[in-house]
Amino acid sequence: MQIIQQVLFVVALGAIGYLLFKRGSFIWRNITLGKDVKLNPEEKSERLKTTMLIAFGQKKMFARPMVGFMHFMIYAGFLLINIEVLEIVLDGLLGTHRLFSSTLGEFYSFLINFFEVVALLVVISCVLFLVRRNILRIARFHKPEMKGWPTSDANIILIWEIALMFALYTMNATDSILQSRGIAHYPVVGPDGFAVSQFLIPIYNGLSDSALVALERSAWWVHIIGILSFAVYITYSKHLHIFLAFPNTYYSKLRPKGEMDNMDAVTKEVKIMLGEPVDESGEEEEVGTFGAKDVKDLSWVNIMNAYSCTECGRCTSECPANITGKKLSPRKIMMDTRDRAEEVGHNIDKHGADHEDGKSLYGDHITKEELMACTSCNACTQACPVNIDPLSIILEMRRYVAMEESGTPMEWNAMFQNIENNQAPWAFPPTDRFKWADDLKVKE
Amino acid sequence: MDMLKVPTMADMAAEGKEPEVLFWVGCAGSFDDRYKRVTISFIKILNAAGISFAVLGPEESCTGDPARRAGNEFLFQMQAMTNIEVLNGYNVKTIVTACPHCFNTIKNEYPALGGNYEVIHHSTYLQQLINNGKVKMKEGGEFKGKKITYHDSCYLGRANDVYEAPRKVLEALDADLVEMKRCRTKGLCCGAGGAQMFKEAESGDKEINIERTEEALATGANVIASACPFCMTMMTDGVKNKEKENDVKVLDLAELIAISQDKN
Ligand code: SF4
Ligand code: SF4
Repeated sequence: MQIIQQVLFVVALGAIGYLLFKRGSFIWRNITLGKDVKLNPEEKSERLKTTMLIAFGQKKMFARPMVGFMHFMIYAGFLLINIEVLEIVLDGLLGTHRLFSSTLGEFYSFLINFFEVVALLVVISCVLFLVRRNILRIARFHKPEMKGWPTSDANIILIWEIALMFALYTMNATDSILQSRGIAHYPVVGPDGFAVSQFLIPIYNGLSDSALVALERSAWWVHIIGILSFAVYITYSKHLHIFLAFPNTYYSKLRPKGEMDNMDAVTKEVKIMLGEPVDESGEEEEVGTFGAKDVKDLSWVNIMNAYSCTECGRCTSECPANITGKKLSPRKIMMDTRDRAEEVGHNIDKHGADHEDGKSLYGDHITKEELMACTSCNACTQACPVNIDPLSIILEMRRYVAMEESGTPMEWNAMFQNIENNQAPWAFPPTDRFKWADDLKVKE
Repeated sequence: MDMLKVPTMADMAAEGKEPEVLFWVGCAGSFDDRYKRVTISFIKILNAAGISFAVLGPEESCTGDPARRAGNEFLFQMQAMTNIEVLNGYNVKTIVTACPHCFNTIKNEYPALGGNYEVIHHSTYLQQLINNGKVKMKEGGEFKGKKITYHDSCYLGRANDVYEAPRKVLEALDADLVEMKRCRTKGLCCGAGGAQMFKEAESGDKEINIERTEEALATGANVIASACPFCMTMMTDGVKNKEKENDVKVLDLAELIAISQDKN
């Protein structure tokens, strides 16, 4: 019996490992479709600091303290539960039960009690989050881009987490009863019950030994398979942020928010136009498209951003364009980028790397109207709890519209012409530029 | 009006002199009728403080910021490189400007193209002048106890983390500073950034500047202080739209200081 369980467990672990690997390499490949990013090696420690503060420390989540706290509980629960999962996996492989209890002694039951309390806080937080989403209907969870899958995704995760915690409690409660009855294979660590699961003991107490063992085993399997398949599910879900938040903050922008990246390919051409010396030392960079039309024109960090997006909508709820009813939603920009990266990835897998499906991120997912509404105010990048930068995608696409498509609005074209001809965005003659001083100037 | 000194870099160079700071006036400061008054206020302050400064005058040109945000990188870089050539030609070290867009572009974006300067926004500069006693306001000045609300410019605040300097300047006026619901990192854009100043907004339920003006008016302040030419235009339009122009004034930090000094 025991050996069958062990074999089954190895098979399950292998299958899930395989699925995770496949999904992981699919996502990795999609992210690396993006252009390379040059990083300054001297920034390493500042980048690590950012990761510690924003991802580990959840600094930006606490901009909204209550939610920040509830989120922190789920996060802490997730981190701690990994110790427990490690034990479960080892038990599953070795055919042992509560492997760590013998080495940890007294401390072991303290740990279990502690996990149980954390798990309770997780359950409470998840319930409150469900209430916020579905009963209080917080506006940002019900924007147009949140129809269908994005909404159910969030609910599935929350319910899944609650179910996992209940499996844990059932497991511990039945285990406690088995311990108190002195059943072999159940080492005594908490025969009178643990902090939370003790309240379930009266429910199960009437069951026979064999029924209890069966229930304990079932709960154990549900708990561990639930956790492992959760890991697979996450790779399809916005909850990928629980992994990607770390690299995502590491690679986030350290320069002032207002600074746009320089396009070196353009610098070269402008220098030639102005008759300035051009630095030929670097290897010939191939000039691709100016700006971004599709995901491959973005940087890989942009695409990783998209896979890290939690769809929380904090960006959108602070976006002045969105607040005043315009079509732009920075969250939608991120969701579109991810959807398109997945689409391109599937195309490549099916039809080979050079396949063109005649679609693109700009046009088929993101419209010009959305792009043109952005005031580049950086409210979205400021609001994002994991330092995602929707603005850089918007601005890269505007570059495509202006330089490849010549598709900017008429008024902007007029502004361009004014700058070219009058050295000011307005149509004033350049000779009038110093007129303001006419009445006052005493020149030195 | 007392005569004010407005030396140009060219004049100074002709005399073999170099000023300590270059005052970058910007397109709005040069051409926009309302904003020219801010330029003049700042010139008054510089004169009163005895600062060694100069302007580029006719040699100044658009920084290229709106072209870049609208996607026209070529035009931006043409502008930037031409400006850098002029600035480097005069051996400029320090630039002060009242426009957050010029500030951001010259400070953060010109270095990649060979333009390295110390760039200071006039809010920070004014705070420094007040701190070191070069700018003095009248006792019980014009704005003492008046309710003033400050509208954060995105390009100063979130883009460059300048939140406190403008507020410190306002405190120096002895004014009663009231904050809007959305301020500092959560401030709401006036609607003009990212080259929106130069085109109609996309269709929506409301104009951004109206939303922002309503928020400013809700504070009950008599003065909306701004530190950016675009914000000033947008807020002024908003106040007019709400028919409040007789009760509520939109004034730049430099104007507030210049007014408080005038009454001396
Ligand atoms: S930068 Fe653009 S997308 Fe982001 S909040 Fe501002 S207007 Fe919205
Ligand atoms: S970009 Fe950031 S703030 Fe916006 S929805 Fe995604 S995770 Fe939330």
